[in-house]
Amino acid sequence: MDTENNTLVSGSEALLRALIREGTDTVFGYPGGAIMPVYDALMDHMDEIEHILVRHEQAATHAAEGYARASGKPGVCLVTGGPGATNTLTGIADAMLDSTPIIVIAGQIAAAMIGTDAFQEVDFTCVTQPICKWSYQINSPDEISSVVARAFFVARSGRPGPVVLSITKDAQVGMTRYVPERVSYIRSYDHDPEIDITRIREAAAAINAAKRPFVLAGHGIELGGAQEEFRMFVEKGGLPFGCTLMGLSVLPSSHPLNKGMLGMHGNLCNNIKTNECDVLIAVGMRFDDRVTGDVSTYARQAKVIHLDIDPAEIGKNVRADIPVLGDCRKSLSMLTERLVKTDRSAWTESFRKYQDEEYDRVISKELYPGEGPLNMGEVVNAVSEATGHKAILVTDVGQNQMMAARYFRFTERLSIITSGGMGTMGFAVPAGIGACYARPDRTVCVFMGDGGLQMTMEEFGTIMEHRIPVKMILLNNNYLGNVRQWQQLFYDRRYSFTHLANPDFQILASAYSIPSRRVTCREDLEDAVSEMLASDGPFFLEACVAEEGNVMPMVPPGRSIDEMMMEC
Amino acid sequence: MEENRLYTIIVHSENFSGILNQVAAVFTRLQVNIESLNVSASSMKDVHKFTITCNTSAKNIDKILKQINKKLDVINASCYTDDEIFQSEIAMFKISTDEFQNWEDTSRLLRGYNTHIVEITPDYLVVELAGSSEAINSLYRELDEINCVRQFVRSGRVAVTASTLEPVSSLLSRRDKRYCSRRNP
Repeated sequence: MDTENNTLVSGSEALLRALIREGTDTVFGYPGGAIMPVYDALMDHMDEIEHILVRHEQAATHAAEGYARASGKPGVCLVTGGPGATNTLTGIADAMLDSTPIIVIAGQIAAAMIGTDAFQEVDFTCVTQPICKWSYQINSPDEISSVVARAFFVARSGRPGPVVLSITKDAQVGMTRYVPERVSYIRSYDHDPEIDITRIREAAAAINAAKRPFVLAGHGIELGGAQEEFRMFVEKGGLPFGCTLMGLSVLPSSHPLNKGMLGMHGNLCNNIKTNECDVLIAVGMRFDDRVTGDVSTYARQAKVIHLDIDPAEIGKNVRADIPVLGDCRKSLSMLTERLVKTDRSAWTESFRKYQDEEYDRVISKELYPGEGPLNMGEVVNAVSEATGHKAILVTDVGQNQMMAARYFRFTERLSIITSGGMGTMGFAVPAGIGACYARPDRTVCVFMGDGGLQMTMEEFGTIMEHRIPVKMILLNNNYLGNVRQWQQLFYDRRYSFTHLANPDFQILASAYSIPSRRVTCREDLEDAVSEMLASDGPFFLEACVAEEGNVMPMVPPGRSIDEMMMEC
Repeated sequence: MEENRLYTIIVHSENFSGILNQVAAVFTRLQVNIESLNVSASSMKDVHKFTITCNTSAKNIDKILKQINKKLDVINASCYTDDEIFQSEIAMFKISTDEFQNWEDTSRLLRGYNTHIVEITPDYLVVELAGSSEAINSLYRELDEINCVRQFVRSGRVAVTASTLEPVSSLLSRRDKRYCSRRNP
């Protein structure tokens, strides 16, 4: 538009126009001295950008992550410099490890003051470089349009990740001609690597020749929007698959080839079969140590095919006999084309024995204990059932996370939001807020423990102010349960600082006008869950669960993946 | 324990501020010391070239390369052992003349290393030697025995590869072509 090209606007105005141009409709933020010009300009764009005032900047980043993970679009947060900026570090590192596209925009003092230890001066670009995909300081308003375009391109392309923009006061208040820009290619950054057809042929031949193939489905499938390509791939090949924590919703939990979760607290059949298969096909996953256990005994017998868009992941933890670098949406289609439709039902059926064993020894006891205090798993199961398995699951970190991952079921894509790589306690409540804004059409169920809740509990204020319809389920065992479980199993029951003296969470919820209910017995559970789901705003459900409940089965740390403890 | 050896890493990057910091941080993360570092403009406009040497294991060098290559503004990074490159350094020696018992011998020594004399005064001479790391080490040892070295400085290593590699310019133009053809099919 001519007016856009010829009229001088402030850098702050240019920043907001650039954000809107990139499709930003929601911003999570917290104002402060070094970002005031942008906040002032924001008042003129409130019909286009909804700003959610969080209560702590860390929460803004987790909310942006929740938004990004539920919508597939970059999440945006806006904070001031100094402490406002450093408070976002945990969220930035979290987004980096979980390949989540967020843009963190932080104010910075005037350029002339930089280097003088001025009030709230932090070298934020330098601090964030090692923990984000790209970090840049904007010094002039003329750079804003191109830098914002570059930031969004970097955040969402290739292996997605967080981008940090530090914007000096000068750039915010200086005048510029806003000219919209778009970036779709950066020469030093091969965001969509060329797929080597020879590797595709080798991989297809190996899969066609396989008697016992097993697929590992990762978050990369969701990030690449390759859920349908993945479904066609496994169905044509008759390939059973297990999912990483981050990849749990790539296909419905009820899909006959979906064998559940991988890894330390994953499903027994997957961990056994990993060490029995002849071809292991990893798609958009990175062989995290929580998936592999002792890597020296991991899938040694198998030919490993690794599909990933990030060359740094291939061969990093587990050798790749056939590396397939590239966007899995494309490589999966190319592979499927070359697959021979094969009936591998006998192999797929052989998982059954271990599924039955796990059901008898672990699952049935967790879900249907008959008597005694509530189990975490049965609460998760009740919520999942009541939502028809259609909800978005957001978890915190620890036992609540593993129980939710094990017993929540999925029918839709982009439905699991959890802190997988960083394991950030306090993630759930703000990430749930972000998910609610990304998908107002879906129910968002947030599971957390009493430890994690108290790390970002201040966000009850954000939920109250905006009446955010997040359904929070506290699995309260008065312990830092996961650490306590390890202390029980590996530290001779020496419970060093894991017991929590907790407040009355219902009183806290009511202080924020959040309706709540406490459940202590299983007879009340179904009714409480129904009440929670029927409420049209936020709801806080406290489930008082067995204090010393354990997540089983479990691969003890440092042990081989097929050596799962079934009980303790 | 895997054995350490000397690797020379060659990095091409955009010429933006902060890239050295990002490259160095990769070494810090793995607690690997940089032995020498040379950064300069390359033959291509706006492309900078880093030559870095470090002593480390094959496993670490693989991680280092992957992490450097992952940096957004790095065009490419690769590593070489000494038999895969031609390398050179430059060293300057400030030598005190008092200790010379015999000018003839010293002169022969300096000529033998093919040094270049930069400056001569009654008190000292400044000598420059360009060559391999070994030649510089060896000359230093011989002069040090006479106890005449007053100042010594050496540059980081620079290197060219023995193999025929795709030059960065053609990597970039190939990439350019690939992405542009996708945009305008």
